[in-house]
Amino acid sequence: MTAADPRRVLSTVWRMESARIIAGLARLVRDVGLAEELAQDALVIALEQWPVTGVPDQPGAWLMATAKHRAIDLLRRQSRYREKLEEVGRAQPQVVDVDLAAEADDYVGDDVLRLIFTTCHPVLSTESRVALTLRLLGGLTTDEIARAYLVPEATVGQRITRAKRTLAERNVPIELPPPAAAAERLASVLEVLYLIFNEGYSATAGEDWVRPALCTEALRLGRLLATLAPREPEVHGLVALMELQASRIPARTAPDGSPILLQDQDRRRWDRLLIRRGLAALDRADGTLGPYVLQASIAACHARAVTAEATDWTRIAALYDVLAQISPSPVVELNRAVAVGNAHGAIRGLAIVDAIDLPDYPFVPAVRGELLSRLGRNAEARAEFEHAAAMTRNARQRSLFEGRAAALGG
Amino acid sequence: MRYLIMLKAKQPATPPPPELMEAIMNLGAEASAAGVLLDTAGLLPSSEGTRVRLSGGRLTVTDGPFAEAKETISYALYEVRDKDEAVEWASRFLGLHRDLWPAWEGDAEVLKVMGS
Repeated sequence: MTAADPRRVLSTVWRMESARIIAGLARLVRDVGLAEELAQDALVIALEQWPVTGVPDQPGAWLMATAKHRAIDLLRRQSRYREKLEEVGRAQPQVVDVDLAAEADDYVGDDVLRLIFTTCHPVLSTESRVALTLRLLGGLTTDEIARAYLVPEATVGQRITRAKRTLAERNVPIELPPPAAAAERLASVLEVLYLIFNEGYSATAGEDWVRPALCTEALRLGRLLATLAPREPEVHGLVALMELQASRIPARTAPDGSPILLQDQDRRRWDRLLIRRGLAALDRADGTLGPYVLQASIAACHARAVTAEATDWTRIAALYDVLAQISPSPVVELNRAVAVGNAHGAIRGLAIVDAIDLPDYPFVPAVRGELLSRLGRNAEARAEFEHAAAMTRNARQRSLFEGRAAALGG
Repeated sequence: MRYLIMLKAKQPATPPPPELMEAIMNLGAEASAAGVLLDTAGLLPSSEGTRVRLSGGRLTVTDGPFAEAKETISYALYEVRDKDEAVEWASRFLGLHRDLWPAWEGDAEVLKVMGS
């Protein structure tokens, strides 16, 4: 029998609680970078004390209380400093005696929501939003983020530092967006979460086809957001989409690590629990037709099909038609081409692909190759797959495309 | 990574205190909100259950209660980043029992779901 190792408990509790701690502090000190520093001060204090005193009964609450004391001390010092300045100047007493400690205990959920909107703020570059969100909301270390994205740790560190500096310099308030900006700001949050998910689901670089840890992290943050903002249909739509896509992860990779495409997957391996959760999340979106709800509805069509042949491609093509209207993009067009190709024939699918302008995206030639091969135009199809293989930076995708090219004969 | 946490204990003589049930509901809500609790439920005593056994090539079906000293009381399925996090949730769960039902004793078994 062993007692819990204080350092190990601390690192676990820190990862689980740091978002809430930083979020609470950010409201008090109105600066994300400073909030993180104060939270880390509490971590250091715990590292010194817990091995001596033992792990507190409520380690998360202990960290939160300690960090808040640091914040309140800092604010009182700043406040006294301002008072002194004013004594020197106009001798006007400073009145900021709000009950800081009581204020600090309220609205933990709202704090986290405010922090998400801040780390996903449109003034930040996409890369910075992703890194800062994973760091502050996900509780991931710079090193963990760097490994997930296969970039040097220093690069991630710079993105995070730059993001904090930008938020401070641009005086971005840590608050829920005003009604006029709410839709755009929510879209930015959802985009960041889905980017994280997709980086995990279809790794853009490296040896792995799937990096499930990033999918799980995005899904976790999405579920968190759905609890904090339950009246936003698109949040439920995104969660539904991620749950449904994640349900296929066990079937997407062969034992040797190579990818298995949707139509070839062993559907018995799909995760029924995630499918059920995804369909339930889609129900909560209540039929509203936003881009994520539509994509989730498409994923639900696949989830409901017991075999690839049973897929309702007509419905999927119709959903893509709507999606292409409300949220047009070359990637949507490409997926619409696949759906139309399955529902209404390869020639109609090919017509859509030929109108797509998306250079450097290997799935464009891959889809064209697939549709051409169905028309028996094998030489053209092979050239398209070879083109796709030359384009991709992902080793697993490359061998998939090379395999298709080889199967079409020489 | 998924972990199944199974709570096992002797069948208690009295029902759990309402404050404990309330605290368990709150902890469950917190874990769901954190996006890590996928599924959980309490289980009725094995007197309500049945055992199907294969032994010596023969199937037998025997109604509960089972002979074991401990009953399986509840299960929770978590999706967390590592085992330490699952252990922390299990510790919080048993911590509530410690604080709100002092006479209670039992185990939370933390088992990793294969392939997750």
